[in-house]
Amino acid sequence: MEKRDTLIEVRNLKKFFKVGDNTLKAVNDLTFDIKRGETLGVVGESGCGKSTAGRTMLRLYEPTSGEVLFEGKNINKLNRQELKAMRRNMQMIFQDPYASLNPRMTVADIIGEALDIHNLASGAKRKERIQELLSLVSLNPEHMNRFPHEFSGGQRQRIGIARALAVEPKFIVCDEPISALDVSVQAQVVNLLEQLQEKMGLTYMFIAHDLSMVKYISDRVAVMYLGKMVELADSEALYENPLHPYTQALLSAIPIPDPEVERKRERIVLQGDVPSPMNPPSGCHFRTRCPKAMPECAAMEPVWKEVKPGHWAACHLFN
Amino acid sequence: MERILEVKDLHVSFHTYAGEVKAVRGVNFHVNRGEAVAIVGESGCGKSVTAQSIMKLIPMPPGEFKAGQILFNGEDIVTKSNKEMESIRGKEIGMIFQDPMTSLNPTMTIGNQIMEGLMKHQSMGRTAARERAIELLTLVGIPQPERRVQQYPHEFSGGMRQRAMIAIALACSPKLLIADEPTTALDVTIQAQILELMKDLQKKTDTSIILITHDLGVVAEMCDRVIVMYAGKVIETGTVDDIFYNPQHPYTKGLLHSVPRLDLNRNEPLTPIFGTPPDLLKPPVGCGFTARCDSAMRICREADPEMTEVSRTQRCACWLQHPLAKSRVGS
Repeated sequence: MEKRDTLIEVRNLKKFFKVGDNTLKAVNDLTFDIKRGETLGVVGESGCGKSTAGRTMLRLYEPTSGEVLFEGKNINKLNRQELKAMRRNMQMIFQDPYASLNPRMTVADIIGEALDIHNLASGAKRKERIQELLSLVSLNPEHMNRFPHEFSGGQRQRIGIARALAVEPKFIVCDEPISALDVSVQAQVVNLLEQLQEKMGLTYMFIAHDLSMVKYISDRVAVMYLGKMVELADSEALYENPLHPYTQALLSAIPIPDPEVERKRERIVLQGDVPSPMNPPSGCHFRTRCPKAMPECAAMEPVWKEVKPGHWAACHLFN
Repeated sequence: MERILEVKDLHVSFHTYAGEVKAVRGVNFHVNRGEAVAIVGESGCGKSVTAQSIMKLIPMPPGEFKAGQILFNGEDIVTKSNKEMESIRGKEIGMIFQDPMTSLNPTMTIGNQIMEGLMKHQSMGRTAARERAIELLTLVGIPQPERRVQQYPHEFSGGMRQRAMIAIALACSPKLLIADEPTTALDVTIQAQILELMKDLQKKTDTSIILITHDLGVVAEMCDRVIVMYAGKVIETGTVDDIFYNPQHPYTKGLLHSVPRLDLNRNEPLTPIFGTPPDLLKPPVGCGFTARCDSAMRICREADPEMTEVSRTQRCACWLQHPLAKSRVGS
């Protein structure tokens, strides 16, 4: 892969939520970079903190501690006005295309709102721009005065994408953008995201639990478990040579649409459920389900380090 | 091989304010003893309606059986009364639903929900049923079953609720188990556990399974035969090998090409199927897939293709299977 400059630096990012007397450590000490023009995939099971990580990076949540630098600027130090200007650079596409579009607004208003907030276009230019955005995501510009309920799931997701693109962002967090869609439609949306990336030089953080799709769309992939990143590598390297036992189990759990392969496959089936993030196990959070757990896993938290060039992992097996 | 279930020309409609939605439009298939059959297709293709018809769980009205037969052990379910169905549901046919959160009763303990079927269908006493419930929870891999049997669904995690539901479905050793997207709401590591469990139980009890899913990976892992549905019709059936290695219908091919493969390297772009399925309020005259099909011909819009035999195990409903179309493609 060619050398790219860094767009986003995340340093020791933490986001804790108070739940009664307990603290839920949703995102616990993440450190990683996102390079300009790349797609970083983030995978993990429900409750691992992948969505919280994405939202905290956009400062939709105030982080508990840590920094997020966008082009070298710490977004957590910005005041309201500066943050508003910064939001032009960073956008989000949400998971549920049924819940993330206001049912009482027309498509033109949904997309136009972004233009209004940032004073990007008005009058005839605004209309022109909305139509241009709709054609960009392969929707019929004549449908701009329709309401969200008149569109199918895949079309709604395109509206969400057009809204995110309206402010010409550099970085988009895609939070499970395809998991609510049918298989045949998923491919449409993924292809659209890829085309747009090429055309506009976008950088994506692609959050999903479908590992096959993440592998397909991402340059690099990060695996999260209970608020921590356990592994981060180039997507080919991660899938061909997963280092962390959790990544290995996760990959082995995915059924492959090929009966011949499935008949021959030996599967690592993890025991038990993901422990509650409210009260995670001591030391390495994965040790209670890990087939390779050792005594030191309970005693000490593994260090997040670069095991091989560009291949990061947090596991005592590599200490 | 013994046919445990045979669905013949099933038509199911729903009457809505907008008009009659023809959800299932002439479905034919069968399930043999001990076999796992997958029904795949997109949302709204009629796969869940077909499954619920077999259990006679379609609310009527608005639902209506327009035509067809569902033969279970040679007896037609369509003509059975509600009273008669009560002795089939849970006893002869078990069902696992997609969402374990909403399909368990939140006001009953897990134990009571398992025992209900045992006491009704097998006239067990409370103590015997309770013991059997604990056995079943052990069987589906729930730790500390003696304690768990007294707990309520909200005290269970998602994966455990699904296990509990499997325990309920299996309580009376049904001959047929219908699993409607049993793992869709679950994480992959939990999905692997549940699929492992279902395969294992099937081997032990020789139950037939109908698995409804849109995950082709799950199909490849679990099933012997596949039924592909589109717009309320069966468009292709065959063994898993037929469907995955020699798909005939353009829709089946499209489905297989639109999912990325974990074990293959990223080089070719995904080929999505463009457009969306037809509106079943006004189903098309010809083949339902015409509008989205790359190889559509004039005949496809005018007449519905018949199911034709591709091989001994594989059948497909597509005009491309017609001898005339084949000779045209060949030349």
